Amino acid sequence: MPAISFASRRLLLAGAVFGAFTLSAVAQQPASPPAAPAAQPLPPGSPMIGRPDNEAAAKLAPVAPPPIPAAADKLPLAKLKVPAGFNIEVYASGMANARSLAQSDKGTVFVGSRLVDKVYAIADKDGKKSVKVIASGLYRPNGVAFKDGTLYIAELSKISKIEKIDDVLDNPPKPTLIYDKLPKDEAHGWKFIAIGPDNKLYVPVGQPGNNVLHDADHGQIRRINLDGSGAEVYAVGVRNTVGFDWNPETKQLYFTDNGRDWLSETVPEDELNRVTKAGEDFGAPFCYQGNIIDQELGWGKDCKNYTAPVGLMGPHTAALGMRFYTGSMFPKPYKNAIFVARHGSWNKSQKQGGDVVLVKLNKDGTVKSMEPFLTGFLEDNKYVGRPVDVMQLKDGSLLVSDDWNGAVYRITYGKQKVAAK
Amino acid sequence: MNKTLIAALAFVSLVFPASAESISDRVAPCLACHGERGTSATENTPSLGGQQAPYALIQLFMFREKLRVFEPMNEMAKSLTDDDLRTFSDFIAALPKPAPPADAADSARMARGETLAKQNRCNTCHNTDYSGKENVPRIANQREDYLAKTLAEYKDNSRHGYDATMADVMQTVGKDQIGELAYYLAHYR
Ligand code: HEC
Ligand code: HEC
Repeated sequence: MPAISFASRRLLLAGAVFGAFTLSAVAQQPASPPAAPAAQPLPPGSPMIGRPDNEAAAKLAPVAPPPIPAAADKLPLAKLKVPAGFNIEVYASGMANARSLAQSDKGTVFVGSRLVDKVYAIADKDGKKSVKVIASGLYRPNGVAFKDGTLYIAELSKISKIEKIDDVLDNPPKPTLIYDKLPKDEAHGWKFIAIGPDNKLYVPVGQPGNNVLHDADHGQIRRINLDGSGAEVYAVGVRNTVGFDWNPETKQLYFTDNGRDWLSETVPEDELNRVTKAGEDFGAPFCYQGNIIDQELGWGKDCKNYTAPVGLMGPHTAALGMRFYTGSMFPKPYKNAIFVARHGSWNKSQKQGGDVVLVKLNKDGTVKSMEPFLTGFLEDNKYVGRPVDVMQLKDGSLLVSDDWNGAVYRITYGKQKVAAK
Repeated sequence: MNKTLIAALAFVSLVFPASAESISDRVAPCLACHGERGTSATENTPSLGGQQAPYALIQLFMFREKLRVFEPMNEMAKSLTDDDLRTFSDFIAALPKPAPPADAADSARMARGETLAKQNRCNTCHNTDYSGKENVPRIANQREDYLAKTLAEYKDNSRHGYDATMADVMQTVGKDQIGELAYYLAHYR
């Protein structure tokens, strides 16, 4: 690993020298009207690496959600489609940039955010829901997890906790820090977190750019004890995972990982991965989707030296939150299948994703099928909403967060007292 | 700068509270700093004319929520409602876009800036003529001092973007290249 960080520094250095060289070359030209310069090669590590110089590519840019949450009556509920027999309703709204979900044993739902500074709680009192801001002034607090009365919050570069959270919803103390030995990079710095069957907190550290070499502190999933001690690296070659969960039968960790931008309209596809032993390498940034050697960084590498994904989730679709369904409200075939929220692409002319899909597994834990479950967020190549995370409630219904509208929806099966859409 | 600032703030506290004012009355204090006709004549203060409304909305929201920190703007945005934010950003977008500086640009500097802008594909997101789109701001003919200041702040992450995009972009742009980029974008024709 130190070899990699050395190499990356050398690359950067080479870029700087090269940059200086081209600059002085231009400066020496006479001041007569210069011809329009041709595009220079990108500096190594640039997020634009691979972007072709054409009109279609120039049209693409990361999509940002509106900052103000949609009013309850402006939510796209009527446009959302679920399979026959299922119903969808608004669970709560008015939470700017609602992202990752967690649930307390008392049924309070916690919602993180990425582009604002807040963590929300959706309290449920005799069926009446109210949204409270339980923490603010945080930096990109995307991740939330709950265990034994305590809420864990992951900001960009630190993890903190609030004990006995259900008792203090109306007057929560400031979160207490438990772990901050984390890089501060903005790129892929926001975090999904969850607590595993081993009672450890799993914390991803993304690669600090679109397609970059990096040091041994990035591109991985770590796990730490719930007091912040005992950090160890659990998986490497991880570009940017924003969702994971454990197979209820095998207890193996499954995680989504987002492929790089600008390689093409159709590849690489986002990955659904499975960790079978600690320390496994999933290939990024050298090998993507199990069989594509990266055009810049993959020279001299071989995909067979990395663990291939168990499933491909579509190109640039931004497969984020994912959970196994263990409830009994939904029909039998849903049992132990995985719901995956695909946030939806930006790096693609025809947008893809922007839905929740159902992934069914074979007995051996590999992927059998993938089918649409919740659709309708994508309309005329524009988003009317973007799903981020999924979470099963205790009654077996499924919550879906939408950071575009700042809302959480609930999906139920069968005749419910709630108003169907 | 400080004098303008204080004067503007004093002006603001006089003018602001009344609620039934027309939009042009309400933006008067804003334009005292940002320029009457979309082009700013105030040091380090951005021109707002022709700015993309979704971008302006995001920035005003960020100032209100203190996600973007600049005291006078945080103060200005503090008590604005969601509807105010929308009204102001739509108004800003409809102001005439800033004009390029009248003096002829130094062609050698322009060439260096253009090389850098093309090399870093600044036009990917900011549009081929740097007029921006949606959440990506217009940067063509923005004030040079403000461009240089804000690019440096993205680079050292003292200006937090709404998302990680510009921090990521600036990772590979050298500190010494910021001046050339700012010059080029300010003088873009
Ligand atoms: C005291 C002078 C002053 C006043 C009054 C003022 N602004 Fe600003 N504004 C600034 C400065 C300076 C900045 C740039 C801050 C920075 O460097 O980050 C700014 C930034 C902005 C931006 C972000 C522009 C960009 O390109 O990112 C918007 C939008 C804006 N102001 C709108 C307004 C509105 C609307 C008002 C009135 C409600 C207002 N301003 C009042 C000085 C002022
Ligand atoms: C991948 C898309 C992308 C690329 C490439 C990109 N930008 Fe940006 N730029 C953005 C976005 C999005 C914002 C708004 C960020 C925020 O919320 O603060 C922005 C903001 C800016 C601003 C702030 C403008 C203002 O009014 O405050 C400047 C200046 C800027 N970019 C210059 C550049 C330059 C110079 C380059 C090339 C070196 C570049 N950008 C490349 C997406 C991009």
